[in-house]
Amino acid sequence: MSNPLVDMDKPDVIFCIGTNMTECHPVAATRIKRAIARGAKLIVADPRRIPLADLADLYLPLRVGSDAALLLAMAHVIEREGLVDAAFIDERTVDGELFLEHVRKFPPEWAERISGVRAEDIERAALWYGTAERGAIYYTLGITEHICGVENVQCLCNLALMTGNIGREGTGINPMRGQNNIQGAGDSGALPNNYVGFQAVDDPAHQKKFTKAYGRETDLEKGPTKVTALEMCGDRIKAMVIAGENTVVSDPDRDHCEHALKSLDHLVVIDIFLTETAQLADVVLPATAWGETDGTCTNTERRVQRLRAAVPPPGDAKPDWWIVSQLAQRIGFKGFEFESAKEVFNELCELSATYHGLDWDRIEHSEYQWPVPHAGHPGTPRLHEGEFVNGRGIFKLIEYRDPAETINDDYPVWLTTGRRLASYHTRTQTGRSAGIDYLLPEETLEVNPSDVDAWGLADGEWAEVSSPRGSVRIKVRATDRSPRGTVFASFSFADVPVNVLTGSGYDPITETAELKVCPVRVEPA
Amino acid sequence: MIRRATEEPVTQQPTPPAIHTLTLDGEEVSFTAGETLIDITYRHHKDVPNLCYDPRLEPFGACRLCIVELEGANNPVASCTTLAEPNMVVTTRTARLETHRRVLMEMVASENRDIDVDPLSGYASQQMRELVDQYDARTGRFQGEQSGTSREDDDNPFIKRDYDNCISCYRCVRVCAEQEGDYAISVMNRGFDTQITTEFEGLLVDSACTFCGQCIQTCPTGALADLKALANKDVPGETVTTRTICPYCGVGCTVDVMTRGEQIVGVLPAMDGPANEGALCVKGQFAFDFVHHPDRLATPLVRGDDGELHEASWDEALDRAATGFRKVLDEHGRHSVYGVASGRAPTEACYMLQRFIRAGFGTNQIDNCSRA
Ligand code: SF4
Ligand code: SF4
Ligand code: FES
Repeated sequence: MSNPLVDMDKPDVIFCIGTNMTECHPVAATRIKRAIARGAKLIVADPRRIPLADLADLYLPLRVGSDAALLLAMAHVIEREGLVDAAFIDERTVDGELFLEHVRKFPPEWAERISGVRAEDIERAALWYGTAERGAIYYTLGITEHICGVENVQCLCNLALMTGNIGREGTGINPMRGQNNIQGAGDSGALPNNYVGFQAVDDPAHQKKFTKAYGRETDLEKGPTKVTALEMCGDRIKAMVIAGENTVVSDPDRDHCEHALKSLDHLVVIDIFLTETAQLADVVLPATAWGETDGTCTNTERRVQRLRAAVPPPGDAKPDWWIVSQLAQRIGFKGFEFESAKEVFNELCELSATYHGLDWDRIEHSEYQWPVPHAGHPGTPRLHEGEFVNGRGIFKLIEYRDPAETINDDYPVWLTTGRRLASYHTRTQTGRSAGIDYLLPEETLEVNPSDVDAWGLADGEWAEVSSPRGSVRIKVRATDRSPRGTVFASFSFADVPVNVLTGSGYDPITETAELKVCPVRVEPA
Repeated sequence: MIRRATEEPVTQQPTPPAIHTLTLDGEEVSFTAGETLIDITYRHHKDVPNLCYDPRLEPFGACRLCIVELEGANNPVASCTTLAEPNMVVTTRTARLETHRRVLMEMVASENRDIDVDPLSGYASQQMRELVDQYDARTGRFQGEQSGTSREDDDNPFIKRDYDNCISCYRCVRVCAEQEGDYAISVMNRGFDTQITTEFEGLLVDSACTFCGQCIQTCPTGALADLKALANKDVPGETVTTRTICPYCGVGCTVDVMTRGEQIVGVLPAMDGPANEGALCVKGQFAFDFVHHPDRLATPLVRGDDGELHEASWDEALDRAATGFRKVLDEHGRHSVYGVASGRAPTEACYMLQRFIRAGFGTNQIDNCSRA
């Protein structure tokens, strides 16, 4: 997030797109509710009539995968109506003129034909956001899990740049991170293109720095992403270590993924449960869980916080950092003699640009949001104040692209996927917590009541959902939350492996899977 | 309407509110305009007794326990609804106030079936009992009748609803509306027949309730209580809390985990958690017991010649894991190994895994699960 969570009470116009926030980030959503109570206007764009849409002053029901069209047309209206912040564009951005020229091509009527959102509603959303004193954008995977995920994000950045809604209280472009430490995982350098603290691996200066620190030279070229690596399994990739991730259930195209892992010579899984993925391993190493592990995590607003052990782990389970450092030593790698999580974190801070001013003791009270470039720095709750990290904000000229697969005669229904309030991810944890079943006993396919009738289905009965990659049996739930022609399911339940259906395409830059769009056929089963 | 950056510097701060002073129990203290008297007494650790006050909520003024004397006023005023004014002279403890508070506590005590509720009931659950004891108010002078009816029919596994212990402070209703914005619970009737209920008097699961547990944590009597924590009330040992962060989403709410011995018995929200300021959702509040699930892996497993996974010692398992990597490395080179880190594990876990790949194999063949 460019702005801190406390800023969520402060905008006068809030634009939420592709985020089911009341279910996926409930405590953040309470702040938005308070902003509304104070008089802020809420615009919600989402294919489904999610609970957040019920609170909206303006709801934009767009077709799945048509975000860029909607956003381009909003930019068009803001330009046409003269609502651009000319001074901001002048002083802090590049390619503003080109961009303003570019968006003239995308009137709301054009976007209506693609997205299904009425042109007048697009106009209204653009006027609200464009005239806001403090306009803030919030988004989640509904924006990124597309073949055009990066372009969608760039469209949002363009809107903020052209209106100067960035770098001030109550504004910003704010992705809500889904997993408790997905931010920390990226920060730590568990990425094929960056060392710790987002230092690019293809910069020789960084290579040199880390050769010195680690006592071994690392390639100058980026590694393949996980998605590509799975493609390479059995070929170039012969061995894998997977920590705490149930790849088989959470990733798209489950059959493909299982096949890939089975074709490895050697698979080591570190986890707290014998997940579907761990069951394929040659060696499974038991890790300590939340509540048993000392460490750190970083939240969606870049706040670095301490995790503390409250109870001992079961049996012989060990912290991840210990397991991996022991494994390294056994292989004969040098420099892995770590004694504590504190020692690991302090090395990380030392080598990171963004955590450089932090250490284990300094984060005791959760006060710091990175970047913290040096000791004594107060941290950075709000990014881009006065200046962008990379100098100037760059406008990107985006064109709309269709999803990798679009509906056709064989697969005439849009399927979109997501999470639900009471269950989390692949349910390895919520599924094993007492009482959660009371709220969410089983997976269902959410279908508009008129479609239930039209397709010969019945509420509470079974349906068969098929895509070119596979099919699953799932119970039907009739609900107005789904628009006509679009159905929804989560990927949380192993017995309804929705991800056998998805995986039609990937964003070419991030290789994020298009989990949000998948044409399917729905029949009574 | 169009904001122009030139007209308004981006770093402009709102003008700070004016600072004034007043006299609190003979001492001059400062305050900012808009503060209530109770806020100021809190800041100076005066502990004015209160039951319907929750610093996160709008002033309400129902219980009258927080009354203080104001110089020049005939009657005491409720400090939670009175805004501080410059040069006020405020006294928090006088014989008259204490008598009044004692009578109030006797009446409150008489209306409730249980004064002593298990501390596992919730964050504020001991507040009424502490005041009853402080004012020695278990006198039975008032023959009270319980003012609510419990909802034993509500079969939800999280929130106990025992309105026999309700004192109608409305904190639950207000926290639900003001903090959560959910309006799941409401007040029915007035006066002695006051009843906390849901719309249509139904079960919570059929209401707008999201089971965030906020009503439990603000209830000062244990009328609303944490059923998951109470299920552990027979676990021996003293309750100890440890501060950590919720394991679920990226909001990163701060929690205080309650343990007895080696068992987690419940979770309390941290009122001073920077991301949540006392709030939690159903996952952070109630989905903690996966940690003790019998499915937890407690021993390393190694695949045997029979194709099955078998328990092994760390020594065996690490050797086997290391040998496997060594062999692949020797036969196929360092670009044949790949690591996947987890966005669920601590930062140190991810850091160590990327270090393993980079410092060990000299490649960048590492990623995390954010692409899923
Ligand atoms: S249930 Fe508890 S919080 Fe709600 S009104 Fe009664 S005593 Fe107050
Ligand atoms: S309590 Fe809920 S909102 Fe807060 S971090 Fe946990 S899952 Fe997220
Ligand atoms: S706390 Fe002030 S009236 Fe109850």
